[in-house]
Amino acid sequence: MTLVALVPLFSVIFMLVWRGSKQLSLGVFTELPPTAFEEGGGFGNAIVGTLAIVGIAALISVPFGILGAIYLSEADSENRLARSARFAAKVLSGFPSILAGVFAYGAMVIGARVWGWGGFSAIAGGVALSILMLPMILLTAENALHMVPRRMKEASYGMGATSTQTMLNVTLPTALPGILTGIMLAVARAAGETAPLLFTALFSNYWLMSNGKIDLLQPTASLAVLIYNFSSMPFENQIEMSWAAALVLVLLVLFMNLIGQAVSRRSIRA
Amino acid sequence: MNVHHSTNSLETPESRGAQSGVKPVENVIDCDIQELYYGTFKAVRDTRIPIEKNAITAFIGPSGCGKSTVLRCLNRMNDLVRGFRFQGHVLFLGQDIYAPAVDPVEVRRHIGMVFQQPNPFAMSIYKNVAYGLKLNGYKGNRDELVEQALRRAALWDEVKDKLHKSGLSLSGGQQQRLCIARAIATEPAVLLMDEPCSALDPIATRKIEELMLQLKERYSIAIVTHNLQQAGRVADKTGFLYVDTSQGGRTGYLVEFGETERIFKDPQEAHTKEYIRGEFS
Ligand SMILES: Nc1ncnc2c1ncn2[C@@H]1O[C@H](COP(=O)(O)OP(=O)(O)O)[C@@H](O)[C@H]1O
Ligand SMILES: [Mg+2]
Repeated sequence: MTLVALVPLFSVIFMLVWRGSKQLSLGVFTELPPTAFEEGGGFGNAIVGTLAIVGIAALISVPFGILGAIYLSEADSENRLARSARFAAKVLSGFPSILAGVFAYGAMVIGARVWGWGGFSAIAGGVALSILMLPMILLTAENALHMVPRRMKEASYGMGATSTQTMLNVTLPTALPGILTGIMLAVARAAGETAPLLFTALFSNYWLMSNGKIDLLQPTASLAVLIYNFSSMPFENQIEMSWAAALVLVLLVLFMNLIGQAVSRRSIRA
Repeated sequence: MNVHHSTNSLETPESRGAQSGVKPVENVIDCDIQELYYGTFKAVRDTRIPIEKNAITAFIGPSGCGKSTVLRCLNRMNDLVRGFRFQGHVLFLGQDIYAPAVDPVEVRRHIGMVFQQPNPFAMSIYKNVAYGLKLNGYKGNRDELVEQALRRAALWDEVKDKLHKSGLSLSGGQQQRLCIARAIATEPAVLLMDEPCSALDPIATRKIEELMLQLKERYSIAIVTHNLQQAGRVADKTGFLYVDTSQGGRTGYLVEFGETERIFKDPQEAHTKEYIRGEFS
């Protein structure tokens, strides 16, 4: 059985490395995507875009996720608000990602026009991804907080700590590795999402800038959407680019996971 | 005690003596539990136990008779349990710790606790011991107080070269002594110990018992134990609690209290006699 499961996995990895590495060069990180009959080119703007969009999503979902998890873990079992919040998070974690995109489209692309801005942007993409990340972070963080042994918290209370002091000094640090793992998983998932970005960040053939300044309010390229766009193109070079982009995306996610693991291992030892 | 406290709701013995001129109380704690409930369940009734200064007071009795409950009443740990209700009073140096103006957090800074399972924090040995100092915002030389607490807990020689290793890396007996060091670092007046040796092997148990006999020179100790021999070895005073299931209830109460020798050699109550005979035979 294990073998059967390993065959597709390894064939995907093999294809990815084999086809992706052919085009991999320094240029892909620094150049803009090629047009139809152009040779060479790269997807530097999509890498920056993915990092920006996922960064915005993390900026929204990490604080809310952790604060929510603290609330849920401290609320007692009869607290209705906590129960419905937990239920909502569970439902939301199985939410089709395309619907998160539709929601962010409605709220950020169309809805925000009411206040005089809106449109396809990195921020709209970040909001869409944060909807997917929030429940994952919330539920894993709550679980990690629950795993902190009761006797450790009692020790803190027994020393004359308030509940805030106990949370900040004992419970959160002890749960940190688990919380970080949850964040990394959520980031890894969000980085690979295409559907929600199609409605929100859209795509761009240019850098995430306007008038020489970083501009988060314009359509933004991302690796996932680039792969999606280029892989269905009839032009050889663009198809090759999408393979290279896929490899870079996988390496990026892997890299983030490794950082997460290193950080959490460090914090256990401390 | 040169530790800074955030509120002044509890007086120190010195300040009391200075203000009123009364002579210091012999018992650090006078506890009178009339009725104690968890929700609708009446767990303990009619239990009066004094905790004498610089002595070891042991609570013995069958499992479920409320020993831990009574102990946890003495520093308001039971306040963390939902549905906990209490009638009676607990006087700490003459002052009722259940008075409305008293902050339970403050009570626990004066009355420390060591638990059944060793429970060091997932942090370094040093940080474990310095935890209470940090809570108190202690600004002085923490290194010195950490070393002093570890020495008093008879752990210094074993850990002095690895203060920055995790407290969880120690053996069970060492962990428990670390917890004792952590509890005494802030110089509490009283140390409550709930079956502190029940998770330890006999050698580690002996070490903790010796340690308790040293610690009572500085602190007043109340210990729950299911091990009668242990009570016999360390305790000056012993209270026997019992739960009378024959009357249908499961409510524990104090049957007999007195000098440990007297309780063991010449128990007055039938339940005590029976229990002590049963445990030693
Ligand atoms: N947190 C709690 N909630 C409800 N009931 C409790 C709680 N703690 C203890 N009890 C009950 O109170 C009684 C006394 O328990 P305990 O003080 O732990 O006994 P002992 O330490 O003597 O074994 C038992 O019947 C126990 O089930
Ligand atoms: Mg007990």
